Amino acid sequence: MSDVPQELRDEIPSFEKPHSREEHGPIDWSALTAIQGARSLVEIVSLVGLFAAIFFLVQGIVVWTHTPTYVFPKPIDVVKTFVQDFTSTEIHSLKVTTIEFLAGLAIGSTVGLVLAALLTLKPFVEKIIAPYVLIMVTTPMLALVPFLRLKMGFGLWPLIIAVALASGPMVMINSATGFRRTDLAKIALARSYGASTFQIFAKIRFPLALPMIIVGYMVGSIFGLLTAVGGEMVAASEQGGLGRDLVYYSSLARMPEFGATILIIAILGVLIYVIFYFIGKRWASWEA
Amino acid sequence: MHALDDVSIDVRVGELVCVLGPSGCGKTTLLWAMSGLHALTGGRVLLDGTPVNGPRPKEIGMIFQEANLLPWRNLRQNLEFPFEIKKRRPDRERIAKLLEQTGLAGFEKSFPRELSGGMQQRASIVRALAQDPSVLLMDEPFGALDAFTRDEMNLLLLRLWAETRKTIVFVTHNISEAIFLADRVVVMTPRPGRVARVYDIELPRPRTVEMTFEQSFIELVQEIKFAVEAGGRHALEVE
Repeated sequence: MSDVPQELRDEIPSFEKPHSREEHGPIDWSALTAIQGARSLVEIVSLVGLFAAIFFLVQGIVVWTHTPTYVFPKPIDVVKTFVQDFTSTEIHSLKVTTIEFLAGLAIGSTVGLVLAALLTLKPFVEKIIAPYVLIMVTTPMLALVPFLRLKMGFGLWPLIIAVALASGPMVMINSATGFRRTDLAKIALARSYGASTFQIFAKIRFPLALPMIIVGYMVGSIFGLLTAVGGEMVAASEQGGLGRDLVYYSSLARMPEFGATILIIAILGVLIYVIFYFIGKRWASWEA
Repeated sequence: MHALDDVSIDVRVGELVCVLGPSGCGKTTLLWAMSGLHALTGGRVLLDGTPVNGPRPKEIGMIFQEANLLPWRNLRQNLEFPFEIKKRRPDRERIAKLLEQTGLAGFEKSFPRELSGGMQQRASIVRALAQDPSVLLMDEPFGALDAFTRDEMNLLLLRLWAETRKTIVFVTHNISEAIFLADRVVVMTPRPGRVARVYDIELPRPRTVEMTFEQSFIELVQEIKFAVEAGGRHALEVE
């Protein structure tokens, strides 16, 4: 029976309310999409106010204690460097890191998503490969970068592959959790109108899994970005990247540039979060 | 042991038949087999003389327990779902007319979670009727609704039935609901599911909620209740 695709089973569903807690896999990241954004003016003003307070507090402490720049840069210098160097040096590194990140994410997430959709049709196969997926999720893929460099040279590919290996299993493990939520009643509904296996996938199983897929993409993207930057720190390509800049500036104790690079990485990370937050709001809000 | 044993039901065109029985009598299994969604280990289902071996989207419309709407689609998209599956252009006019008849006009953009239980179930009836099937199979559709909404839904169903003259098989465990709706009530007994008796309901139409308080109605409820219980004991003795 386990070999029969779920949509071809003619079991009568129980019509009980699903227990949402049991549906999640070993890793439940759905809380990530549940962070509330600011809504009212008071909240927005408070958010900006807190940021300004922290910024000027750090600035004040650094100035007042006469901390040398090579120990800790003044926040204002970091922002100045960020603005001044952006078009000359930073944008090049940003481009390189973004290319590695996006190419790796595209490859890894596509493979992860397709594998999740296929494997959940075969519970037996899924169970057997589950430990390996878990190993891939927990292994820091940037450790592979020096090894990949030896095999593949000094181009972008070793980093792209590392990003794919870091983000793919994340997308896969979350998507599989989504695809496992089969609602027999809804599949029966589609079958009663003569739906094909593909239609059941496209119109029932995929939309049902979409909230978890989006969570997978969000977590996978963040892991991918960390791997791209970390990989560049370990062994960057000839083209450099934000990670190599970090190593370079810190070795020369150029802390304002170092801080500006970190600022770019932080903005990139927040951007990823915001993008997926809005994607989730648009396509997965029915679940909330 | 099988859920059903020796069940033979003949439904006439345009008739409203209620299948009544306690839980575990196999009435849901029977309905799902009639819809072609669930295979029988033995026996067959015939529709106009041809066997039903799988879903028959053209002729049969299925209405489920709970409304079974797709939560990621709004009402309009839910009603157009069967058209998408059949790769046909949605019949907007027919949908609009049905929405008007069921009091759902104006809610096209609402999502299922924004609709009440009664509205959701009305939407699922519209979804089925928009396909213009000749047979409607209803699987305890109003079981999850409160008593007041249930009366309302029963009256709505009778009105729609009077207008469209669909053949309806309606599964329920509620005796008075079955009598109130049906031309005939098929009473089933459990373990294994068998037809205990078929009652012809002589109540005049159109039916009103007041009829359910009349002496003859209450006596019939009582008689059927005893029949279900006696049938159950009888089946136990046979085992």
